[in-house]
Amino acid sequence: MSRVGSYFSPLGQAMDAVSDGYKRQHPAVKALILVLVALFFYGLPLLRPPLITTNEIDFGGVMFQVAAFALVALGLNIVIGYAGLLDLGYVGFYATGAYTTGVLTSQHGSWPFFLALPVAIAVTMVTGVILGAPTLRVRGDYLAIVTLGFGEIIRICVKNIEWLGASAGIKDIPHPNTIGPAAEPPFKPGGLFEIPRLEWDGLVPHLDKEHSVHFLVFGATNAIPYYWLILTALVLVLLGDRLVKNSRVGRAWEATREDEDAAELMGVPTFKFKLMAFALGAAIGGLSGSFYASGQGGYISPDSFPLLLSMLFVAAVIVGGSGNRWGAIAGGALVAYLPERFREFADFRLLFFGLALTVLAVWRPEGLLPPRRTRRAKAAAAEIEALEEGELDEQLEEEPRNV
Amino acid sequence: MDFGNLFGSPENFLSYTMGGLVFGAIYALIALGYTMVYGVLQLINFAHSEVFMYGTFAVAWVFILLHGTGSATWSLGEAVPVLLVALVAACALSAGVALLLERLAYRPLMNKNAPKLIALISAIGASFALAEAMGLRDRFAEVFGLDDNLADYVAPGKARDVYTNPVTIREHDILTIGGYTLSDVDLVIIVAALLMMVALDQFVRRTRFGRGIRAVAQDPESAALMGVNPTRVVQLTFLIGGLMAGAAATLYMMKVGVTRQNAGFILGVKAFTAAVMGGIGNLRGALLGGLILGVMENWGSALFGQNWKDVVAFVLLVLILLVRPSGLLGESLGKARA
Repeated sequence: MSRVGSYFSPLGQAMDAVSDGYKRQHPAVKALILVLVALFFYGLPLLRPPLITTNEIDFGGVMFQVAAFALVALGLNIVIGYAGLLDLGYVGFYATGAYTTGVLTSQHGSWPFFLALPVAIAVTMVTGVILGAPTLRVRGDYLAIVTLGFGEIIRICVKNIEWLGASAGIKDIPHPNTIGPAAEPPFKPGGLFEIPRLEWDGLVPHLDKEHSVHFLVFGATNAIPYYWLILTALVLVLLGDRLVKNSRVGRAWEATREDEDAAELMGVPTFKFKLMAFALGAAIGGLSGSFYASGQGGYISPDSFPLLLSMLFVAAVIVGGSGNRWGAIAGGALVAYLPERFREFADFRLLFFGLALTVLAVWRPEGLLPPRRTRRAKAAAAEIEALEEGELDEQLEEEPRNV
Repeated sequence: MDFGNLFGSPENFLSYTMGGLVFGAIYALIALGYTMVYGVLQLINFAHSEVFMYGTFAVAWVFILLHGTGSATWSLGEAVPVLLVALVAACALSAGVALLLERLAYRPLMNKNAPKLIALISAIGASFALAEAMGLRDRFAEVFGLDDNLADYVAPGKARDVYTNPVTIREHDILTIGGYTLSDVDLVIIVAALLMMVALDQFVRRTRFGRGIRAVAQDPESAALMGVNPTRVVQLTFLIGGLMAGAAATLYMMKVGVTRQNAGFILGVKAFTAAVMGGIGNLRGALLGGLILGVMENWGSALFGQNWKDVVAFVLLVLILLVRPSGLLGESLGKARA
């Protein structure tokens, strides 16, 4: 398998080169690139480029899932990548956010979605603090199993408590409020205006006015507005993440992750910052869960939050490159997208997904887009190794090179 | 809470306790695989649950091979010869899977000196792939045109359903204490598990191989300088974990009799919990953790109802870790005295 990995190493170097090239650009150029990338992703379900598009199932729905996974990965990246806490029960927070939304908007109330959303985030954050306060004193791998336990406890509790719908789950969770005139099926689709989508005939695009998106109608027919909503949330979280990472808090996390004792000696209240990372990560998980609950289907049940989902979230962060927000997003997107894209392999897709995860781990242990610090550390390690074997190199240089 | 159910009569109390010990013994045997690999490599071998799952299938296959698919009920005495063959087959298959896992999913990473977390991801991927490969075994047989010949083994079209051992082993009561009757199957499971644990413990403490394992667990580099081959030791660790998982699979199939491609997952999580509870890396801790977990969750299900069984297990784990952060007996594969 390592031999298979070595075939891909030029690809890995190319990815590093692109990432370095981007970092060298002028800030204005960087901003322009970012805006273009953002526009591209907003337009993706309308552009429907060939090869990327999933034809069997609704592409907008797939993109919604991809964005939801990316958002979760971004939140978990704060916990795993920045603060270095292995959380195997992240699905618990995702479920908490989803269930808070479900209870407030459908099960025991009829709040509008945008009012329930901040409450769901707050509830999840408080849950994070309540779970984190006792468990964060436990170190390293023990934390992994304790959080895994909590993830499972939350699922079983939800399954057994009648008040939360038990195993039947919560149905008819209302969609976010439509912006513009409301839809009146079957004649008035509602919305402010319509956007047509592209249809590809081989490599030739043409406009498809039959399947247009009604701008910001959150209905049961089209998933694209939900995708835009969650993508907007993703962009906002990304900006917040950048601010926090570059602040004193981000530096405290980094110090705690690299050496907790040293950080404590330098006056960093490590427990406080770990708890903060845990709560912040939880809040983002709750945000994503809330969007999931009020998504197109409007239905959640305990089976929507299996323990396996936690493993996928962790896989997303690590595969993407733990500690790099872009890596986390890429990892989350890949983990959600690959099984959907290869649906034609139907039964075999999970098998391939498992194999792909292993091959990816073996091929690029540092993740797809590792943070710059990791790559610098790797380069430094290679340099030290070269120095240690320096004698050998000198001998080689002394020999005449007549090859 | 229903105290009457658990403490109402000595009969109930004993039966819940013994039922817990039986499953606890199986958890403990699986936990050994986690704890040994963790002790040596400091990584969570997430795919160990699949190693166990392959063992359970091997047991069912041996029964089908030697008996056929017609359902039958045997007493333990009648089943012993077939069970021994099944034990050998399960140990061989589980150990084979464990070694394959080490070769393909771990060794390349160890050679690259990769961070520990990525080994976890590699293990999660391998776990997915192994479970799915078992769930798709009918499709693979189809590819080779063997699905007719092997129909009993691959269950065409039903490979993802519950897979049943055709032979049910009838439990025979042999001992009555205070109204509770102990069955021969339960006794065999507990005694067999204890014997294997003692044998392994002595192996690690007293033999040359065991000394090698302890040396690598303490300090891989120094061990290598002293002439221990770390790669060999890691292989040996996976082999032992696989053998124990195979034994656990045989005992599990004796008691439960059904399996499926995702049967390993929850048992694996429980076994890992047991390992952590006892102090991961510590063989005796795995035994203690397994038994305590088995008994406690059975008591918990008697008190709060069957639905809350798993919650009791995890709450117990959290409480124990809060009081004793490195498990009941502490983490020490390397520190065990020679």
